[in-house]
Amino acid sequence: MDISTFVQQMINGISLGSMYALIAIGYTLVYGVLRLINFAHGDIMMVGAFVAYLAQNAGVPFELAVILAIIAAMVTGILTDKIAYKPLRNAPKISLLITAIGISFFLENLFNVLFGGVPRAFSAPDYLTKIIHYDGIIVPVTVIIIPVVTLILLFIILWILNKTKYGMAIRSLAFDIPTVKLMGINADIIIMLVFAIGSALAAVGGIFYAVSYPSIDPLMGVIVGLKAFAAAVLGGIGSVAGAVIGGFILGFTEIVVVAFMPDLGGYKDAFAFIFLILVLLFKPTGIMGQDLDRSRF
Amino acid sequence: MKIIKLVMLSVAILFVIFAQNNLDPYTVSILNNMAIFGILALSYNLINGVAGQFSLEPNGFVAIGAYVTALLILPASSKIDMFALEDPAPIILAMHTSFFPALLMSGIVAAVLAFILSIPVFRVRGDYLAIVTLGFGFIIRIFAMNQTKYTNGAMGLNDIPGNANLLWTGGIIIVTFIVMLNVIYSKYGRAMKAVRDDEDAATAMGINTFWIKTYAFMTSAFFEGVGGGLMASLLTTISPDQFTFLLTFQLLIIIVLGGLGSMSGTLIGAVLVMGGTEWLRFLDQNMDIFGYNTGAHPGLRMVVFSILLIIMMLFARKGIFGSSELTDIFKRGKQ
Repeated sequence: MDISTFVQQMINGISLGSMYALIAIGYTLVYGVLRLINFAHGDIMMVGAFVAYLAQNAGVPFELAVILAIIAAMVTGILTDKIAYKPLRNAPKISLLITAIGISFFLENLFNVLFGGVPRAFSAPDYLTKIIHYDGIIVPVTVIIIPVVTLILLFIILWILNKTKYGMAIRSLAFDIPTVKLMGINADIIIMLVFAIGSALAAVGGIFYAVSYPSIDPLMGVIVGLKAFAAAVLGGIGSVAGAVIGGFILGFTEIVVVAFMPDLGGYKDAFAFIFLILVLLFKPTGIMGQDLDRSRF
Repeated sequence: MKIIKLVMLSVAILFVIFAQNNLDPYTVSILNNMAIFGILALSYNLINGVAGQFSLEPNGFVAIGAYVTALLILPASSKIDMFALEDPAPIILAMHTSFFPALLMSGIVAAVLAFILSIPVFRVRGDYLAIVTLGFGFIIRIFAMNQTKYTNGAMGLNDIPGNANLLWTGGIIIVTFIVMLNVIYSKYGRAMKAVRDDEDAATAMGINTFWIKTYAFMTSAFFEGVGGGLMASLLTTISPDQFTFLLTFQLLIIIVLGGLGSMSGTLIGAVLVMGGTEWLRFLDQNMDIFGYNTGAHPGLRMVVFSILLIIMMLFARKGIFGSSELTDIFKRGKQ
C-alpha cells in the first residue's frame, strides 16, 4: 500500500473520530452529572440533522439551517430533561433508564411517521463537498473541516467547564447534587445547561454525519449514538478529554479495519462493543481512568 | 392456598387444550403471540424487575434461540436448497434433532452466552449492562447477516417445520410461570430482590452479588432462547430483521405495564400489549377523520406505545401489579 492511501485513510479516521467525539461529549456530560445513560442522545443528533435538512428544503441557506438545527436540538434536549427526566430525579435509576428508552423510541418513531423511513439525500453547499486532490491524496473538504470545528468546540467546552462560574457549577454537580443545592445554586438550571451543551454538540455531529454520508433517516442516531457511548466509556466516562480520545480511537479503528481488512468490513459496527467489553474487562474506568463515582470532567 | 393454585393451573391447562381444538385460526394465532411474548416477558422481568439489573438483551437471545432451533429441526436437504449465498457449513448440515431437544439446546446456548457476557458486565455496577446488552443485540444481528455459511445471511431461513402450536406455547408459558415463581420465592430470588433494593446491604449480608446477578441473567437468557425457538417454529420463517430492538421494546412495555418484578402482572401485560397491538392496527392504516384521509402511517402504533411507556414511568411507576403476585392478593384476604 502506498503512502498517499495511508495518509488519506488517516485523515478519514480523524474525521470520523471527531464525529464520535462530539457526540460522546454529550453522553459524558450527562452521565457525569446525572449518572444517566441518555439513550435519547443519538436521536437528538438525528433531530438536528433532520431540522437542517428540512430548513434547507424550505429555502433557508445552509449556515442558517445549521444554527436552526442547533437550536432545535437544544430545545429537544432541554424539553426531554424537563418532561421526562426531571420528575424522576429521586426515582430508582431503572425508571430513569426506561424513560430514556421511551424518549428515544418516541423520537425515532415520530420522525418515522412524519417523514417516512426512507433515507433522504442531504445536500450541502459546494465549498463543503468539494474534493481536494493533493499529491495523490483525494479527500473531500469536509474531512478537513470536521476535525478543525471539533477542536474549536472542544476548547470552548473545556473553557466553559474550567474557567467560568457555570462550568464550576457543572463540575460541582458531578460530585454531590444536594450539597450544591444547599450552596444556593439552582441545580435544575445547571442541568438544563448541560443538556443544552450536549444537544448542541450532538446537532453539530449530526450535521457532520449528514454531510459526510449524504443521507439521513430517522434511525441514523441509533448506531452512531451507541458507538459514541462506547467511545465515552473507552475514554473514561465523566471525562471530556476521555470522550474525545475514545472517539478518535474508535474512528481510527473502524477506518483502518475497513480499509486494510475488507473481509471484516461487514463487522464494522461490532467493533465499538468489542472495545466496550474489553474496557470493562481490563480497565472499567477507561483510559482517562477516574473513579466512576467521582468524575470531574 | 394449594387448592387455589391447583385450580388455577388446571383451568389454564384446560383453556389451552380447549383453545387449540375449538377456536378459529386467527384467535389461536393471537393467543400464540401472547403466549410467546408472555414467555419472553416473564424471563425478561426476572433480570429487570426482580434482580433490578436493567438489560436490553432479549432480541439477541431470542435471535440465537430462533436460529439454533431452526437449524436443528430443518432437514439437511432443505438446508442445501435454501442456502443461496454460500454453501452451508458441514456442521450445519450434520446437526439435526427433534423439536424438544432443539428448544432445550436454544436455551442452553443462550444461557452460556449470558454467562460469557456477565463476566465483563457485572464487574462494574450500574448501567453498563444496559448498553452492553443493547450492543449485544446489534452484534448478533450483524453476525446473522454476515455469517452466510451458518445463517444464510439476510435471506434468513424458510420452511422451518411448524412443530409449535398452542399446546407447546401454552404449555411452556405455564412451565415458565411456575419456574419463575419458584425462583422468586427461593433463596436465590430473595437474594436477587436484596441486590435490587440495596446492593451494599446485600453484600454486607454475605450475598455474592456477582453470582446472583449472573444466575438471574442466565435463567432469563435460557427462557428467552426457548421462546425464540418457539417463535421460529411458529412463524416457520426467520430473518435477521425480525430481531431488532423493537422486540425488546415491546417486552419492556409489557413488564412496565404489568409491574416490574411481578410475574402475574407480566402475564396480564402480555395480554394487554399484544391484544392492544392487534387492536391498534387501524392506526397504521388509512383513516378517515371527518372526511379527511390521513393516509397510512406505519409506526404510529409505536409512537402511541412509547408515549404510554413514558406516561407509565412518570405517573404509574408501579404498573398494574407493583411487585406483588396474584397469589399475594388471596393471602391478604385471608389475614
